[in-house]
Amino acid sequence: MIRREVDVVVIGAGPAGLAAAVSTKRNGVDNVLLLERNEFLGGILLQCIHDGFGLHLYDRMLSGPQYAERLIEDLEKEDVPCLLNSMVLDIDKNKMVTVANTKGLIQIEAKAIILAMGCRERTRGAIEIPGFRPAGIFTAGVAQNFMNLKNLKPGKEVVILGSGDVGMIMARHVALEQGMHPVCVLEIMPFLGGLTRNKVQCLDDYDIPLHLSTTVTDIKGKHRLQGLTISKVDENLKPIKGTEQDIACDTLFLSVGLIPENELSRKAGVALSRGTRGAQVDNNHETSVPGVFSAGNVLHIHDVADYASLEGYYVGEKAAEYVNKGWDQPKRFPIQAGNGIMYLLPQLIREDCRELELKFRVKRPYENVRVLIKNGDVRLYQKKFTRILASEMQIVRVKSDRPLSDVTICLEKTDA
Amino acid sequence: MSEPRKTRPIPAPASSTHDFIIIGAGVIGCSIARELAKYHGDCLVIEKEDDVASEISKANSGVLHAGFYMPPNTLKAKTDVQGLAMFKKLSEELNFEMRTNEKLVVAMDEEELKHLEFLYEQGRKNGVKGLRLIEEQEIRSMEPNINGKYALHSLFSSIIKPYEFTIALAENACRNRVRFLFNEAVTRITRHDSTFHVGTSEGNTFLSRWVINCAGVHSDDVSRMAAETGYEIHPCKGEYYITDKVEGLIQRMIYPVPPKHGAGLGIHFTPTIEHNILIGPSAQYISDRTDTSNTAETMKTLKTEIHKYIPGLANIDFIRNYAGIRPKLIDGKGDRTFADFVIEENKKVDHLIDLIGIESPGLTGAPAIAQMVVDIIGNKEDLKRNEAFDPHREKPVVFAALSCEQQAELIQENEEYGIMVCRCETVTQAEIVNAIENPLGVCSLDAVKRRCRSMMGRCQGGFCTPRIVGLLLDRYGRKPQEIYKNNRKSNLFCGLIKD
Ligand SMILES: Cc1cc2nc3c(=O)[nH]c(=O)nc-3n(C[C@H](O)[C@H](O)[C@H](O)COP(=O)(O)OP(=O)(O)OC[C@H]3O[C@@H](n4cnc5c(N)ncnc54)[C@H](O)[C@@H]3O)c2cc1C
Ligand SMILES: Cc1cc2nc3c(=O)[nH]c(=O)nc-3n(C[C@H](O)[C@H](O)[C@H](O)COP(=O)(O)OP(=O)(O)OC[C@H]3O[C@@H](n4cnc5c(N)ncnc54)[C@H](O)[C@@H]3O)c2cc1C
Repeated sequence: MIRREVDVVVIGAGPAGLAAAVSTKRNGVDNVLLLERNEFLGGILLQCIHDGFGLHLYDRMLSGPQYAERLIEDLEKEDVPCLLNSMVLDIDKNKMVTVANTKGLIQIEAKAIILAMGCRERTRGAIEIPGFRPAGIFTAGVAQNFMNLKNLKPGKEVVILGSGDVGMIMARHVALEQGMHPVCVLEIMPFLGGLTRNKVQCLDDYDIPLHLSTTVTDIKGKHRLQGLTISKVDENLKPIKGTEQDIACDTLFLSVGLIPENELSRKAGVALSRGTRGAQVDNNHETSVPGVFSAGNVLHIHDVADYASLEGYYVGEKAAEYVNKGWDQPKRFPIQAGNGIMYLLPQLIREDCRELELKFRVKRPYENVRVLIKNGDVRLYQKKFTRILASEMQIVRVKSDRPLSDVTICLEKTDA
Repeated sequence: MSEPRKTRPIPAPASSTHDFIIIGAGVIGCSIARELAKYHGDCLVIEKEDDVASEISKANSGVLHAGFYMPPNTLKAKTDVQGLAMFKKLSEELNFEMRTNEKLVVAMDEEELKHLEFLYEQGRKNGVKGLRLIEEQEIRSMEPNINGKYALHSLFSSIIKPYEFTIALAENACRNRVRFLFNEAVTRITRHDSTFHVGTSEGNTFLSRWVINCAGVHSDDVSRMAAETGYEIHPCKGEYYITDKVEGLIQRMIYPVPPKHGAGLGIHFTPTIEHNILIGPSAQYISDRTDTSNTAETMKTLKTEIHKYIPGLANIDFIRNYAGIRPKLIDGKGDRTFADFVIEENKKVDHLIDLIGIESPGLTGAPAIAQMVVDIIGNKEDLKRNEAFDPHREKPVVFAALSCEQQAELIQENEEYGIMVCRCETVTQAEIVNAIENPLGVCSLDAVKRRCRSMMGRCQGGFCTPRIVGLLLDRYGRKPQEIYKNNRKSNLFCGLIKD
């Protein structure tokens, strides 16, 4: 067994982890170590060969690999050591991190840990589609991996289930590949899952049909997928009898949601939030375990990689502060999410905090609503939206003269 | 990294006459194969799918029943009780996992209690040990998270991984010179003097003195290839859910009182060796005996049982569904609730042994059933002990089950233990390689999955499938079109994106 001691260990080298490692170092911690189980840095970015990254961070449209390249350059400039092909297997209650790679099993003692493990995809089993279980059903990310990193063609006639950004991007990707054809994109909700710009650029421009309020109700083919039955669903998302339609296809891509990958967090004893399925954090992004921080998709699902990186920068700064100055565990006040709010972040506010960046998502698209944030009876923020989407994470800064100890956020109906 | 290695090819079948041909490599065929390997004689197993345990033996509850469900003086009761008693030794010899985690059959009211008393009495007659009737308070102390007023507590009911057991039997048989032939279906059985000619879908003919038909849901069809004896299988589907890992919610198997005149034991909750929970099986008679699809209605029914018995399970994620087919016989009176196993020399064709209707508790009974078959043969001719028979199968390394020190040591010995291929179940590249290079020479993704648990966890292969496919392409020189989920019709890819 190999033993090491470091000040800060960062787990996961995607856009969040890379940024966190760079920022920790820049904020005055020399002994930082970045751990990544892949043989490359960049996380999910490397398989996202389409443009759409970097608008917020670099003010230009980059592909995933180009975006990763910039972060990696910074990492090299800062001279942060990293271990590739190194999987973290365990974090124990004393913050001992166990890593496996071909050199052996390494136990790392760290003063602070930054969790940046990203997410995994929801699978067919999780969404319970009836029918046979043949080859030819892939989650979108796995299909993307096969196509972009392994040069493998998963099929010819492809149906995409899920109209989130990933689903729509994959539909276009299929349209662009020779010998592959996107049959349609299906969405169980009555509204689009992803950003409107992605519908225009990925579906409309390529004449890919989108069926809302529609889902897969049967899978045919005992060995390789041979076709699907799709059905319209009612307002409770239950299939409506009599609306069944058969579609011939040999491939189904599932883009039905991402789940923060918090198995390690759980082992470390970190409390998780039901809303985000990520760690519960305070405004320093410190979790329920002192000195353990979280950022990126492992904390909550981001639609934009830039925001995952920005979170990484912030967490790096805080972890550095924790290591260099230290802090006592303060009292923390929960933020109450009211009507219409799917989740918010942070979930807790540290005592004596007067300024806060709040992120939230609404449950579904709303029209003519006001977002209202209060501290006790005092209004801190209000904004009217003629339209607000679940697919767009909202970021709001609030300030207060008095400490923020009783913050609530909710939606209110307004006149058109 | 080492040189590309090919998986071991299956030795070419001899053209001469075999002593035994076994049709079907489920748990029954593989148990018989291993039992026969203890004697002299040349044995060939023919299987239409690409691996052992490809039909019923992979899709059941994996429960070793104690023996109180079956009427006394039936083959079902007898092989169940005898079979269970043989498992401990088998698990030591063959190194498969078995956990005696006990069972509660739960009654909700006085009416159901009567049925428990009946089962208790039946168990007593069958010679079942470790049975007790208990009440609510004791149920609570054993299983705080379940509902129930009374229960039959069975101390020796156990769980195994049915595919692991079947693989272990087959690998050990293979090591003791039984040969396995995959991807060939038997389509024809004729008899010329004392020799059977067994023809296959690939146009091959194999000769044998004995034929043993253990073709599961197809066993009536296979029997009919030789002679019409009037047996007919009525396929009855059982569907399941698998949950994500849930440690601590239940320790024991939780069963309902069996439905009256039902086709099964009722929808139950079975903790697995890896701490998932199986919910099922349903019971529907179907017409297509290969229809293992899951249906929306049944999936709904399965979920309602959760609320009745283990409400706390409602918040757990599901990771997968599956279905198995019971090969049911219906007895002469048309009673659908019970027909005994058929284990006999065919009434019209001697030296052909039929195993028909081997539904539950066929997994538990398999070791005893295999002995019965050997006895049938032994009654007709002298079977000579094979002194060279080695009953042991080496224990495959399960990295995740080892201590840190052992893990560290393994990585020093072989660096491929330091490469994690499956994140959910912590399966290393060394284990994947070991699974790919299995003694039977089978190599679909499902074959790898059942040998090392990769692709079985909560992400269902999202992380490891690309890595395993990478290995098959790069190290084993597979073509993209030759990567299969299971049989040869289940290709994952149709080629390259760019040639
Ligand atoms: C198909 C698709 C298209 C997208 N398109 C866009 C787009 O156009 N524009 C945009 O801005 N965003 C896009 N995104 C979103 C963006 O990629 C994510 O928000 C971002 O990658 C999240 O970053 P992360 O660092 O949190 O996670 P990841 O990128 O997933 O990185 C997590 C890293 O942690 C590592 N890791 C996890 N567990 C361990 C462990 N135990 N030990 C060691 N290492 C571990 C993983 O290997 C991985 O490298 C897209 C995403 C997908 C899937
Ligand atoms: C839903 C369900 C739950 C069950 N639960 C339990 C339980 O908990 N405990 C228990 O003890 N028992 C249980 N059983 C019963 C047990 O699973 C079976 O008795 C046992 O698996 C039967 O094994 P087998 O080898 O006869 O059949 P199979 O495993 O189906 O093997 C037969 C093989 O023959 C092959 N074959 C068929 N035709 C041909 C041909 N023409 N040529 C070549 N090969 C052919 C098939 O491909 C197949 O691989 C359950 C069964 C079901 C369906």
